Amino acid sequence: MLQIHREICGYCGACVSVCPEGALELVDAYLTVESDTCRCCGICTKACPLGALEVTDEE
Amino acid sequence: MKSEYDILVVGGGPGGAIAAWTAARLGLSVCLIEKRPAIGAPVRCAEGIGKELLKSFIEPDPRWVSADIKRARIVAPDGTTIALDENKAGAEVGYVLDRKFFDRELVWQASKAGSDVFVKTRAVAPIMEGRHVRGAVVECCGKRQDVRAKVTIAADGVESKFARWCGIDTTIPLTEMMSCVQYLVTDIDIDPNSNDFYLGNDVAPQGYLWVFAKGERSANVGVGIPASKNKPDMRARDYLDRFMRENFPNGKIIECVVGGDPVSRPLPCTVADGLMIVGDAARVVDPITGGGIGNAMYTGRLAAEVAARAIAQGDTSKAALMPYEEEWRSSKMGKNLERNYKVKEYFITLSDEKMNTLAQSIEGINFSEITVMALLTEIIKRNPKMLLELKGLTHALV
Ligand SMILES: Cc1cc2nc3c(=O)[nH]c(=O)nc-3n(C[C@H](O)[C@H](O)[C@H](O)COP(=O)(O)OP(=O)(O)OC[C@H]3O[C@@H](n4cnc5c(N)ncnc54)[C@H](O)[C@@H]3O)c2cc1C
Ligand code: SF4
Ligand code: SF4
Repeated sequence: MLQIHREICGYCGACVSVCPEGALELVDAYLTVESDTCRCCGICTKACPLGALEVTDEE
Repeated sequence: MKSEYDILVVGGGPGGAIAAWTAARLGLSVCLIEKRPAIGAPVRCAEGIGKELLKSFIEPDPRWVSADIKRARIVAPDGTTIALDENKAGAEVGYVLDRKFFDRELVWQASKAGSDVFVKTRAVAPIMEGRHVRGAVVECCGKRQDVRAKVTIAADGVESKFARWCGIDTTIPLTEMMSCVQYLVTDIDIDPNSNDFYLGNDVAPQGYLWVFAKGERSANVGVGIPASKNKPDMRARDYLDRFMRENFPNGKIIECVVGGDPVSRPLPCTVADGLMIVGDAARVVDPITGGGIGNAMYTGRLAAEVAARAIAQGDTSKAALMPYEEEWRSSKMGKNLERNYKVKEYFITLSDEKMNTLAQSIEGINFSEITVMALLTEIIKRNPKMLLELKGLTHALV
């Protein structure tokens, strides 16, 4: 699953616009992921300038 | 909030604010919604803008201009410096804004002109009738309501979701999303009249690092690299921290800004039935500099003008809104975007050595203009031996 490290995230939206599935959104200054839509491709993890996203093995 | 307006603007950045301001001045009923609790914060910008460009929208005001910039310096990987000086060129360089106050001023002007403004209010879905956009479902403090509009202007910035919800693919490839980090640093020795750009693989592979003066002893120091170049141990932030350690070890960091800057081509089409897309949401950022404030304001203003005409004629179909798309594409801005995209594509192929050679060839020149075009023309003129390699560049210029 996609893990958001909220303590690192700067809520900038760079990851939102590279997600091909449109699974990410900034809502009330929080990054949210729609788990049904996310296919754990990891593309967004590359966009983050801070390294706040990680695809983990957890279900 | 009323349930019906002529124009609904989604997003309170410079693109949305100018759209709302223009539409209200033209006598339309306008609603601007911004999902963040405060206009202009947090900042996601290095805050540089050309003087003439800014003045074509609003008179500069010391309340939101942090620095009056007299020169730009481009520093090649080996330290060769190209100085573009306002005094020598006779052309104005730019300002460094304080966007917290600048963005607020624009929204304030929109409000004064008659536009309704709502913060902490988010578009969560478009209202669609078939393929025609008729406004948005908006959420404020947990409550949802329909806001219908004759034209909806998506000015929701880099993270834009609105156009996507309307069926337009706005995904940015990783290679074209600049992953950026910036510190506002105080107590450092800088030239308060200069904006400096550092190039090179060690500093910012396929991107650049900037030091934009914000006063006598403070500056926005930031870096942007393509998202595809981010590696777990070498992300944008790591490049910035290294530069800080080497150049400003005693600087005090009083703000950290992160952001994505799209340096792709614009969206293939920026209108649909009842919908117009402006600014970063339309991907009209300059692909070389990453600058998008001026282009957001330009597209915002044009969109509102075209929307006003379409509304007056009672037709807000894609065809009726098309003059917006046609006009910005054939404008100076549209042409520069296309040219600079090609130039960027050429420059990202250059090794540090080639960059040094090109920089050395134009070092010390007294430029008569401070433009990308002037720089490129001189580079091509002075490097006849590299003409074959510079083909990509010459192609971009014709
Ligand atoms: C690090 C960095 C440095 C930059 N430096 C420069 C520079 O020096 N000079 C320059 O010209 N440009 C620069 N840019 C680019 C510049 O910041 C943007 O081009 C500019 O802000 C675009 O304006 P906009 O109005 O299109 O979007 P934005 O300013 O991003 O505004 C969009 C607004 O829409 C809101 N929004 C999003 N979704 C919704 C929703 N669903 N409902 C309601 N509101 C919503 C957002 O909260 C945001 O406030 C930089 C960008 C970055 C990331
Ligand atoms: S992992 Fe892939 S699908 Fe999931 S949010 Fe990131 S980019 Fe989107
Ligand atoms: S790119 Fe990183 S910092 Fe920006 S919103 Fe996404 S996770 Fe947060």
